[in-house]
Amino acid sequence: MSNRRVHTLNGIEKCPTGIAGLDQITDGGLPKGRPTLICGTAGCGKTVFGMEFLVRGATLFDEPGVFVAFEESDKELCQNVASMGFDLPALQARKKLFLDYIRLERSEIQETGDYDLEGLFVRLENAISTVGAKRVVLDTIESLFGSFSDTNVLRAELRRLFRWLKSRGVTAVITAESGDAKLTRHGIEEYVADCVILLDHRVQEQMSIRRLRVVKYRGTAHGTSEYPFLIEKHGISVLPLSSLQLDHSAPGQRISAGIPRLDSMLGGKGFYRGSSILLTGAAGTGKSSLAAHFVRAACQRGERALYMASEQSPAEIVRNMRSIGVDLEPWVKRGLLHFHAARPGSSGLEKHLVTIHQATEEFQPQVVVIDPITNFAAVGNFSDVKSMVTRVIDMFKSRQITAMFTSLTRGDSEPELSEIGVSSQMDVWLLLRNLECNGERNRGLFVLKARGIAHSNQIREFALTDQGVQLLDVYIGTAGLLTGSARVAQEARERMEDEERKQQLQRKTAELTAKRRKLEQQMARMKADFVVEEQGVLRDLDEMKSREKQNVLARVEIKESRGSGTLAAHGNGIH
Amino acid sequence: MIADGKKQKKKEQGAQDGWSLRLYIAGETPRSRTAIVNLRQICEQHLAGRYVVDVVDLHKTPRLAQGDQILAVPTLVRRLPPPLKKIIGDLSDVDRVLVGLDLRPGENK
Repeated sequence: MSNRRVHTLNGIEKCPTGIAGLDQITDGGLPKGRPTLICGTAGCGKTVFGMEFLVRGATLFDEPGVFVAFEESDKELCQNVASMGFDLPALQARKKLFLDYIRLERSEIQETGDYDLEGLFVRLENAISTVGAKRVVLDTIESLFGSFSDTNVLRAELRRLFRWLKSRGVTAVITAESGDAKLTRHGIEEYVADCVILLDHRVQEQMSIRRLRVVKYRGTAHGTSEYPFLIEKHGISVLPLSSLQLDHSAPGQRISAGIPRLDSMLGGKGFYRGSSILLTGAAGTGKSSLAAHFVRAACQRGERALYMASEQSPAEIVRNMRSIGVDLEPWVKRGLLHFHAARPGSSGLEKHLVTIHQATEEFQPQVVVIDPITNFAAVGNFSDVKSMVTRVIDMFKSRQITAMFTSLTRGDSEPELSEIGVSSQMDVWLLLRNLECNGERNRGLFVLKARGIAHSNQIREFALTDQGVQLLDVYIGTAGLLTGSARVAQEARERMEDEERKQQLQRKTAELTAKRRKLEQQMARMKADFVVEEQGVLRDLDEMKSREKQNVLARVEIKESRGSGTLAAHGNGIH
Repeated sequence: MIADGKKQKKKEQGAQDGWSLRLYIAGETPRSRTAIVNLRQICEQHLAGRYVVDVVDLHKTPRLAQGDQILAVPTLVRRLPPPLKKIIGDLSDVDRVLVGLDLRPGENK
């Protein structure tokens, strides 16, 4: 037998129910071998709960079970749960399930003296031993109170019954109707003290909401809040936060947003895989278009994308995106893009959560777009929607799905006021804003926050063109922020100025060249004059030198000629 | 005549408008003995000669509890004449027994 036992520190063994989400809230399941009380008003799902407990026990954990019904016949039971895929006759045939219908009629029964309810014990014992049951459901035990008027006897026997069930080692689920002031109408919670779960079915703002609460669970730290749950075609789904701890891994891979300039605004590489992206903007700012680019980029990478639309039909989206040059049709055909469209008003928030969950499970996307998420505010109040979004984000993060949520904001007055207050849970927040100037409205894109990414702090003008979304630099200068036609005008002006300056520069360069040439000419002339002068002077110098030489020669001659007459000069005795 | 333990029917003479009663008990307890004694008395007093009673011990034949939908023990079931009537308890309150069996007191042949 494949009994899966889960031990907690306190040593309380748990019996896993197999009901989606419940084992998580109760940290393993119901207390094994002990009775659990499920109370709730009529129609809140007690019988389904008990039935699913047994069916899952039989099919998933190989634990046969006994269902003792006081209110419905076995045939009715089989019919009622067949729509959830519980094939009771088959389980009965395989001896995994024993259905026992105990019919009680008050009018038939006269009480004529002492009695006890041994007959019930006998029947139960018979049922349990027939299939070797480990799980027992009594639905609903309070019917006994309607049939037997001696409540003392009844209470004593109930006490005996629960002791007996414990001694038998079966995990029992007892259902009871909730009373006005007490948990149950007849106060059974006194006897079933180990675990008490309260089911609730309310109509809130025209939406029916089912809630589950673990009122008491001895020996276990259990989630004590109210958890929404659904009863739908696979049975009961309790919707806790997917992981009550924040222990998601942090993948380091980056994926493109589908618009190259947006990727460069996000540190050059785009979003982190598994991150949650909030895209807010007033009406008509182009949120869905941006989302379409994101989705197309994913498909181009070969990844699967799920687009959950709550305002437009898939055909409308495809047609509208085609007008800006984004063709989503081929991706739909190739099965990489899947649309899921439903108006939020069509069902309650819990149903939407389950729808998103199921669509994600079935399609296994890597990328999801929910467009827009603010429509859900129409279905629930603020805190409910916020809680639902938290669960959705949690679900995506635990699967490392990159999710983009578009959100409609009221207008331009306070664009950072996100209506549903979930921006703190998002990793990236892109804001599309309308910029009015010069009688025009243009759109601007801001990256308000991007966790873990060095992102640009500048606004970019966001234009929807035939080739898709274009992000352009805005003009920020002395004239202020200019977009649209004002920017175009400014750019033209700047171009003209540039042109002028260039021309000026050319002119000046030409002037300089001319001057240099003139200077060089002058210099050449002056040089030539100088050369002539120099030559003249040199010639004079030469002449002077030669005359000098001659003078010297002549003097020497004279001296020589005089030298021969030196006696004569001496003889004259001229002293 | 009362047959213990097993499911044995004894037919007496003139059982056409006879009564068929079945007493369910769970083991030999003081209560079940009281019930049997009381039943005998009542039958002798009010149904002399036209009744058949059998006693079923659920501890010996547990599956019979299902057929007549027996929860409380002791339970006396009037099987014939129809309609089916059930009364529970050790049959100490004779008036209630008679009402429950739809038997007018002292109704002897």
